[in-house]
Amino acid sequence: MTALPAVLPAVSRRPAGVVAAAVVLAAMAVAAIAAPLLAPYEPDAIDLSASLAGTSGTHLLGTDASGQDLLSRLLYGARTSLVAPVVLLAVAAMIGVSLGLLAAWHGGWVDTVVSRLTDVMYAFPGLLFVVLIIAVFGGGMTTSVLALGLAFAPTVAKYTRSVARAEIVKSYVDAYRVQGMGGFRICCGYVAPNLARSVVGYLVVLFGEALMSLATLSYLGFGAQPPSSDWGLMVQQGQASIVLGALLPALVPGVAIAVVVVSFNVVGVWAADRLGTRR
Amino acid sequence: MFPAAGRQVAGLLATLVVASFVIFGAVYAAPGDPAVFLAGGRDDLTPERLAVVREQYHLDEPFLAQYLHWLGNCLRLDLGRSFQYNDEVVDLLAARVPTTLALVAYATVLFVLFGVGAGVLGALRRGTWADSVLIGGTTLSASVPSFVAGIGLAAIFGVQLGWFPVTGSGEGFAGTLHHLTLPAVSMALGALAVISRVTRQTVVEAAGADHVLVARASGFPERQVVARHVLRNALAPIITMCGLVTAGMLAGTVAVETVFGLSGVGSLLVGAINGHDFPVAQAVLLLMVTGYIVITTAVDLAHPLLDARVKTARRVA
Repeated sequence: MTALPAVLPAVSRRPAGVVAAAVVLAAMAVAAIAAPLLAPYEPDAIDLSASLAGTSGTHLLGTDASGQDLLSRLLYGARTSLVAPVVLLAVAAMIGVSLGLLAAWHGGWVDTVVSRLTDVMYAFPGLLFVVLIIAVFGGGMTTSVLALGLAFAPTVAKYTRSVARAEIVKSYVDAYRVQGMGGFRICCGYVAPNLARSVVGYLVVLFGEALMSLATLSYLGFGAQPPSSDWGLMVQQGQASIVLGALLPALVPGVAIAVVVVSFNVVGVWAADRLGTRR
Repeated sequence: MFPAAGRQVAGLLATLVVASFVIFGAVYAAPGDPAVFLAGGRDDLTPERLAVVREQYHLDEPFLAQYLHWLGNCLRLDLGRSFQYNDEVVDLLAARVPTTLALVAYATVLFVLFGVGAGVLGALRRGTWADSVLIGGTTLSASVPSFVAGIGLAAIFGVQLGWFPVTGSGEGFAGTLHHLTLPAVSMALGALAVISRVTRQTVVEAAGADHVLVARASGFPERQVVARHVLRNALAPIITMCGLVTAGMLAGTVAVETVFGLSGVGSLLVGAINGHDFPVAQAVLLLMVTGYIVITTAVDLAHPLLDARVKTARRVA
């Protein structure tokens, strides 16, 4: 799951690429925020007379099978598609950083238990752990985001543990301990803030992976549900039109996913390098 | 070497037991009566049907006993009945495993061929435009989710050009190959970046070794230096990585089989979840996790056979 960040540094060293990627991301963010102002139509406005229209002045990116304007859906879809990975990573960070710090601080059997827990999660390849949770609790965006957050947590915990172990042997930690401060307060008040930069860099690199995983779940019908215009769901709905010769309904959201993931990976690796994230 | 191998096999068994326990115990995490959940959670269940499910899963016995019964049944290949298909789960799996295996094998051949090729090329032409193009291209392909790649390929090569079929898995060897080409390519694309990167790295490292310099100074032809002195030493990490990626692909089939409407194990899982057919979902998850753990352990075990230096290092340690 995490092999991807390792392949990117060579591309990201070129500032021109980083600038271009940052511009793309900024444009996407603006599109998501200003969707109601920018979108020419309502995202769920059905117009069967304009079914599967190509690009034209009235529909810049064409329409899907029920005549919904693809540009409008794309702009509104940017909201769920960009915000959901952030929520997911926040969940993963909360669980992962707590477990990682706990393991690093206590060592011994606590460390062993945490490592074994993460090992069990690693026994499920790819999205299978998330799929198991969805099989039990049913699909939907909330379940998907929480389950993916849980699935990403071990990776974050492993990283936090490794950087925290190097941090807690520093003398300032001993100084606080000598003053009689408890472990919880030292970890939360002093160690965690010092790790924040590096952990945030790590999370930024995971963003592309998070977005791809969520889009895959939505595509399979386990994530966002209609009438949402989540990009993964749009691809699923547009797929049937391909055999009718209309490629836009599936390709427009598909390309959007790819462009955002590439941009985020390029910017993420560049940012991680500057935040001192270890790889 | 033997104690190390024994430990690894013991670790494999322990992980399998825990993973199967999680897959089994998930039934109890579900809200409501486990019997209703296992029977599909529909409202029109008769008391007789529920009694059959209770009997089959030994739901009246203690939790641990239920788990042991279930595990025993799984080992005897008795995976329960699917009410959605009204068939034995093991028969459903048997009909679908060949397609999935063929898909994974095809994708593996593709990413090994092109990924390792790209990595070796990049390492030997380090710093040139070819190297940059390869890195950029593979990075791009890794940023496209396999279902998007699949739909893009189906749209272009399936519908527009008509070179390949976009659904079904075909008859006979040639037919299967023809039908599985687009799905296999869409799965392999995501793996290219990882494999070519690892290959490039290890080949660059192996090429910098002193004995390569000596071989070159002794006047061996470049082709022979690369094949015999560089690639031979770079082989172990590359094969290990290929094994890990192949193992991960077992899960990747879920999305790609859905895109191309292949009736393999992955699409069976999606159908089982949408149809609330938990016994089938359980069986597929168990199968995929087992396959994944077995392959990754096998890769670990093979490592010292490929690289004698690992064996020595272990003995010293």
